[in-house]
Order: sequence, then structure tokens, then C-alpha cells
Amino acid sequence: MSEKIYVLIDHGEGEIRTPSLESLALGQRMAEETGFSLHALILGNEIGPLAERLGKQKVDSVLLVEDQKLANYDPDVYCRALSEILTEDQPYLFLMGHIYQNIDLAPKLAAAINRGLVTDCIGYRKEGDDFVFVRQMFRNKLNADVQFRSEHPWIVTLQTGATSVDELKEGSGQVVERSLDLSAVELRRKPLEAFEATQGKVDLSQAELIVAVGRGIKKAENLKIIEELAEALGAEIAASRPVVDSEWLSRDRQIGSSGQTVSPRLYLACGISGAIQHIVGMKNAQCIVAINTDPNAPIFNIATYGIVGDLFEIVPALTKKLKEA
Amino acid sequence: MKLLTCLKQIPDRDTRYEINAAGTGIKTSDLTFEISECDEYSLEESLKLREEHGGEVAILTLGPQRAEKSIRKGLAMGADRAILVRDDEGKVTTPHAVAKVLAEVLKEEEYDLILTGTQSDDWSYAQTGVLLAELLGLPHATIVMEIRADPAQKKVKALREMESGWFQWVELPMPAVLTIQAGISQIRYASLKGIMQAKKKEIRNVELSDLNVDLSSVPEVEVLKVYFPVVEKKAEILQGSTAEVVEQLVEKLKKEAKVI
Repeated sequence: MSEKIYVLIDHGEGEIRTPSLESLALGQRMAEETGFSLHALILGNEIGPLAERLGKQKVDSVLLVEDQKLANYDPDVYCRALSEILTEDQPYLFLMGHIYQNIDLAPKLAAAINRGLVTDCIGYRKEGDDFVFVRQMFRNKLNADVQFRSEHPWIVTLQTGATSVDELKEGSGQVVERSLDLSAVELRRKPLEAFEATQGKVDLSQAELIVAVGRGIKKAENLKIIEELAEALGAEIAASRPVVDSEWLSRDRQIGSSGQTVSPRLYLACGISGAIQHIVGMKNAQCIVAINTDPNAPIFNIATYGIVGDLFEIVPALTKKLKEA
Repeated sequence: MKLLTCLKQIPDRDTRYEINAAGTGIKTSDLTFEISECDEYSLEESLKLREEHGGEVAILTLGPQRAEKSIRKGLAMGADRAILVRDDEGKVTTPHAVAKVLAEVLKEEEYDLILTGTQSDDWSYAQTGVLLAELLGLPHATIVMEIRADPAQKKVKALREMESGWFQWVELPMPAVLTIQAGISQIRYASLKGIMQAKKKEIRNVELSDLNVDLSSVPEVEVLKVYFPVVEKKAEILQGSTAEVVEQLVEKLKKEAKVI
């Protein structure tokens, strides 16, 4: 029996999304370890060039499904298309990125074809002939090893940053066009206006120095010490999601998967624990300083320098020191 | 409008957890419990929609008997009634199984909108709401940040959060399922009057065994092991008094990292 691994390739504005390339890199590694074949699956309309580009990666084939109805993501038509392909081809594993679009899609697909789904995985292990998937839970405080006991295909979504696109290997795979009859699918969800929250507002992508603040600041009135530190450094102020959700700072200052991505010279994280959704937005900073009371906070895994302590003591002292210098 | 909100009771978010004896979950004996954050926001949205359009808010929970305490809180916030599907033995483990049970209970209910959290704070699968929609044959929208309902036209507009700071409005025919993102609004406190009234409100208990659900047909996924992640600390942790660490930091930023 030849076993197959399928990877869903998401795209937008004529580009393949990075999380999909990460999924493909993981698929390549799994295919190498098992001897399974690897296939990239891309849905859309007039996306031939993207399929060609995928064919230059180390894949056994690129499955290209084009239809006007697939031009933009819609859960009903995407679910139908994937259901047909997975039911017919019966791959061993179906990988996709744990991005918002697939949070919308993957459970629907799992219910439609009655197959198991494990979401937001950060890795896998081979145990004998079987794969064990690793995922985080309890706000990333704990990890869990999970194993499918269901029929194939197993559907897995992968956390952004779980693998690196640098691992991606080049090769050549044939583009295979696949036609599906989607004419009967009713699109119940009507797309209306889309907009970018940060448009015309604060652009932090070019900032050289950033002081970022998280849940540890506790309340809006306490932001003053952050403002003073930012002023002493000549830095921009940014925030993690909880601060923005509490409306202590505007959404255009949010860093992370649902905010901006930055790569400053210095990123000074105050009271930010370092959830992966935040880290993906700032991990490329040249120097990261973390100030946090919890010595086990994940932010210390990626920081250059760490201070385990109370930001209400450290930050004003740091501001004072910088002003003296 | 008939609104139905799915609430999950979870262990207190700020607790330091301990692994249970079997190594497959956490010890729950000494914990306090609360409503999962996104679910509390989804209840808040239901209450706001009822204030605007009239109607009823019902809570649907699957869990053990202790979940009644969280349901009472929801009733005190203003929900009209509640259904608790009792799973005292923890038989329903996967999101798919949860959705199957909830879908079965909902066969007997009338609703225009079902609101759930986008994901829970315990297992964080981010699946149940969407699974439920598909099992009920309903359209859905996930990661919703704002809702505008038009009961007369049987339509609802939802603002979805998307990748990289983008948002999009979508329109769905009702009934529909929306999964709510945390931070969508400010959650109300229960008033004293609300707390008093909640004591008299109905929580209908449904036994799992009384439902016509075949859990053996649900795709099984097993949690083999739960453990603390191995932390590989990359950061150079600065040691000393506040004055000392601050001095070291400024020195290092200037001379070692050369970033200021």
C-alpha cells in the first residue's frame, strides 16, 4: 500500500502563505522518515504560477484544483472540494497550517468526512510505525502527546513557527490538474467589506527600538512607567494582545499573529509571558530583553537578556539609569 | 431572537497545575473552576443581542455536576435558563464527541443563533463550535469580533478577525453558529438582583445515557500523556539587586549587543 501525505497550501494576494510552507517542510521531513509520498494541494482560481512554484519544491506532485468558486476562501465550497479529494484519494495524513482560515475550515471538514482532527500541533514523534503529535494546552503551560485512533486521513493543523521554512528542500514535482464539479455547492456565507486594522495608523515595522507591554502591567494607569521608559530610550510603544483587548492601548500597537510583525534592533518586553501568537511577531528582533516575574515564562526562551523581577521596580529604575547616562 | 450560548467550565486559569496520577491530565481535586474566557464573552454578546432585539438566552453546558456553579454565574449575568448535560464520569473527551452530544440536545431546541467561544482555555482545540455547525447543517463564522443581527430578515452580519491584522464582515442566513473571540466587549458583572434571580432560574439536567448518541462512531483521538514542556532557557538572566541588574543591562545593551 502506498501511503500519501497531503499538505494544504493556502495563499493570498498571489503569494503562498508562510505557514503553508512550514507545513510543507514538516511534510517533507515526515515523508523522508516514512517513505510516504508527499503531495501539495492548492485550491483557487488562476493560480497556475503558484502551483508551478510549488513544483520546484521536493514534492511528489502538486494537485491543482481551479474553479471560479474557489477564487476566495469560503467554508462551504472549500469543505466540499477537500471532502471529495480526501475521500477519493485516502491519504494517510492531511496537514494544514493553524491559521485563522483553517480554524474556520478544519473542524467543518473533520465533521463532514467524520475523521479525527488534532489542532495547533507544535511537532510530532515517531513511535514504532505510528505518529504521536505534540500540542500545547492550558495557555501553553502544559504539553500533551496525542495519538489518532481513528481512520485515515488524519487531519492535523500545525502551529505557526512549529517548523522553519529554512528546512524546505527543493526538488521537482509534477503539477496535476484536478477538476471537481462544484456547481451544486451553495455558498451560504456572503463576504462583505474587508479592512486592515492598522491601515493609516501606527506602523511599527520600521521602528528601531520598541518597548512592549503585556498583561503584567495590570491596569491602564500603570502604563505611565512604560511611556517614560519609551521616552528615555526614544522607542515606540507596542503591546501584546491582552493589553489591546482591555483597550489600554490601541489595536494598531499590537504585535503578533493578529497584529504587526516587527524586527527592531531592541525589543524590550515588560510583563509579557511570550505566548507563541506574540512571539511570531517579534522573534526576529536583533536583541530581546524580557522583564517578567515568572522565571518559567516562555519569553525567556527567546530573549537575549532576562530579568526575573517585578516590572514596577525594574522599569522605573531602568528609566532613571538611562536618563543618567 | 432565540439565542443559545455554549459555556464550558474550566480550571482556574491562574492556577499552577499538577499532573494527575495517570499522567493524562491535571489534578482537579484542589482546583477552583470558572467559565472559559471566550465563552464568557459569547454569553455577553448573547445578552447584548437580547437587549437589542428581545427574546431569550439559554445556556448549554456539557460537564460534571460542579459545572452548575458556572451556569449559575451565567444565569446571574442575565441568561434566562440553562441545560446541563451531565457527564460526571468524563466520558466525552474529544471536541468531536462534545459537538455530537450538543447537536443531539439541540434537536429539541429552537434557536436563531448559537454562540460559542472560539477556543477554550484548557485544551484549546478551537474546534467545537465549527464541528457543531457542520453536524447541525448550519453556516458558521469563526473568531468573531462584532455582531449585527437582523431578525426580521433572518440574517446576521459578523466581523471576522483574519490573518495579519485584517478584518472582514460576512453575512449569514440564520440560524447560524458564531464562535466568539476574547476581547470583543466588556463582560458585565452579575448584579445582586441578578444573583438572587438566578437562584430561581431553571437548570435542566440531561443525563448522557438518556440521549440517543452513539459515541463509538466518533473519530477517536487519545491523549497519551500530559507534561510540563522542557524549557531551554536561552536568555542570559541578570542577577542582583534592582540597581545592579539595571546597570548590567544598560552596559550590555551598549557594549555587548550595541543596540542603544
